Amino acid sequence: MSIFLDKNSKVIVQGITGSEGSYHTDRMVKYGTNIVGGVTPGKGGQKTPHGLPVFDTVKDAVEATGATHTCIFVPPPFAADALYEAYEAGITFAVCITEGVPVHDMLKVVGTTPGMRIIGPNCPGLVSPGKASIGIMPGHVFTPGNVGLISRSGTLTYEVVDLLTRAGIGQSTCIGIGGDPIIGTTFVDCLREFKNDSETTAVVVCGEIGGSDEEDAAAFIREHMPGTPIVAFIGGRNAPPGKSLGHAGAIISGNFGTPQSKIAAFEAAGVPVADRPSEIPRLLSERLAVTA
Amino acid sequence: MNLMEYQGKELFKRAGIPVPRSGHALTPNEVAEHIEKTVGEWVVKAQVLMGGRGKAGKIKFANTADEGRAVATDILATPMPGNRQNPQGEEIKSLLVEEKLPIAKEAYCAIAIDRTQKKPVIMVSRFGGMDIEEVAEKHPDSIAKFYVDTAIGYSPFIGRELAFESELDPGYRKQLPAIVGALYDLFFRYGAKLVEINPLVLTSEGRVFASDAKVELDDDALFRNPEFAEWQKHLPLDEDEQLAVKAGLGIRNFRRFDGNVGTMANGAGLAMATMDAVTNAGGKIANFLDVGGGANAERVRNCYELVVNNTGAKSFFVNIFGGITRGDEVAKGIVAAMKETTSRKIPLVIRLTGTNEAEGRKILADNNMTPVETMDEGAKKAVELAQ
Repeated sequence: MSIFLDKNSKVIVQGITGSEGSYHTDRMVKYGTNIVGGVTPGKGGQKTPHGLPVFDTVKDAVEATGATHTCIFVPPPFAADALYEAYEAGITFAVCITEGVPVHDMLKVVGTTPGMRIIGPNCPGLVSPGKASIGIMPGHVFTPGNVGLISRSGTLTYEVVDLLTRAGIGQSTCIGIGGDPIIGTTFVDCLREFKNDSETTAVVVCGEIGGSDEEDAAAFIREHMPGTPIVAFIGGRNAPPGKSLGHAGAIISGNFGTPQSKIAAFEAAGVPVADRPSEIPRLLSERLAVTA
Repeated sequence: MNLMEYQGKELFKRAGIPVPRSGHALTPNEVAEHIEKTVGEWVVKAQVLMGGRGKAGKIKFANTADEGRAVATDILATPMPGNRQNPQGEEIKSLLVEEKLPIAKEAYCAIAIDRTQKKPVIMVSRFGGMDIEEVAEKHPDSIAKFYVDTAIGYSPFIGRELAFESELDPGYRKQLPAIVGALYDLFFRYGAKLVEINPLVLTSEGRVFASDAKVELDDDALFRNPEFAEWQKHLPLDEDEQLAVKAGLGIRNFRRFDGNVGTMANGAGLAMATMDAVTNAGGKIANFLDVGGGANAERVRNCYELVVNNTGAKSFFVNIFGGITRGDEVAKGIVAAMKETTSRKIPLVIRLTGTNEAEGRKILADNNMTPVETMDEGAKKAVELAQ
């Protein structure tokens, strides 16, 4: 079992005929994802190069295919609209790849779409290794196994997965949740799912400076997952304070969101924090050996 | 995009939030002219994005035109001194000359976005006129908060609740719900990330005014208000931000530090991890650089020149893990940078993996370049080459 996604999940792509949409649809199909069609308004009735049907609306796509999952590749001004369209059509799981979605759009979307699980925006999506992939992650670095991975950063996800795979540690589900201030699904949401997933026996949490999502994750682990082998990493530990590096959320203010406060929170929850990504496989193996 | 006080107050005025009578001035003479036209006492305030103006002597009082000219000259004479957040300080280019209010009480009011609750949060405190960080530390219970349900929005009971809960002076009570409502409208309408009134002044005549205005707009929402593009031109970009924009990057994608190992990676998370890797390998980082998602060959070349020409880098570590970014495009950019650049050449260490890795490696091999296998290995090699 993996969380959120398996090889039977029926997935559509919103923006399937755009340059990113079509390129990554091709890669998702090659990975084995059950892509059942896509949506581009005005291009309904056409077929993609894979022979996938294109629909004018999400409603049409859902009616024709029974899709439950969507992957959104539309420009930022239209991302909230695409999420609402998916919600109204009955989609229950949406991955929004789009970068640069206005924060207020996401505030409204997350406050008004109960029951729809949103990953992102500004995220690489998720992969259930050997089963399916929704998003833009490079499939070849993943290998099936029992470690769940959650990360705020896309590229750091690939880095850590690659290290795990090279160390012979397979993954159950890997999720890039996105680094924006308002995201649909947080570390805690993913941890809750991993906790209930019989196939996930250990978890890696890749955080970064800024915000308090890591502190929240540590509090959840302390209370609800004390026995689970979990290893964390915090990116940006050498970033000078007061400067915003890339992500809007990666701002250190006062003692809040600093690497020290995040590391202290994880350590208090019994979660070792790796100094560098390459230490994660060893720390994880040690934790697995203790609980085995 | 952070707004200057005078810009924030313009938005306040439009929203119906009471602000003191004021004028924006570029020179001491303009300050004097403004004071001559009207009666009353005045305060002259430096227009900068940095906080701490009062302590830095950049807010002064004047009763006559001559006094106004003198204090304006004095404020403009030196830039805002640097602090921890902004070590370089900030140049003062303009002033706000404003009616001096007969202050009876000061309070604090702000609306921000709470990441954990995923809701706008309205905050009110009876401690106004001081740093909110200081208030949070010394009087944590004095900050009353309300998390707004975005499906409902603002309703006046919220302002009433906050006034009672924060034990605000009773003089505020009747006026607070409307002022907070107007502030919420502004926050919502312009897609702001933060709106703050500190202090929210109660005058001896019993009226409430926003005596200062702090507004942070969401850059991602600026397309909805094209007028702000014009305002943005009047805001200071620091040197790193200017360089980033010139290279075709986002303003937050490049930062310089005083080390000797240049770095570039795709994605802010990997870029930060790359900086950490260089530091762990015993090196000193020259910069942070996130080349962004889906970077093409030209952007990669621009980034190479950005680092070589503007930092103390003696070696350069390019760390790419392609997802949406494609390895062949990056490789083409690196080759172009090497062949076409007129800049000085420094040793280059490349790590290239992920999407279109094989194609990228072939392009590099055809040009006699061999990538390293891992981030740690690349960091180590770059640190050695910088010695």
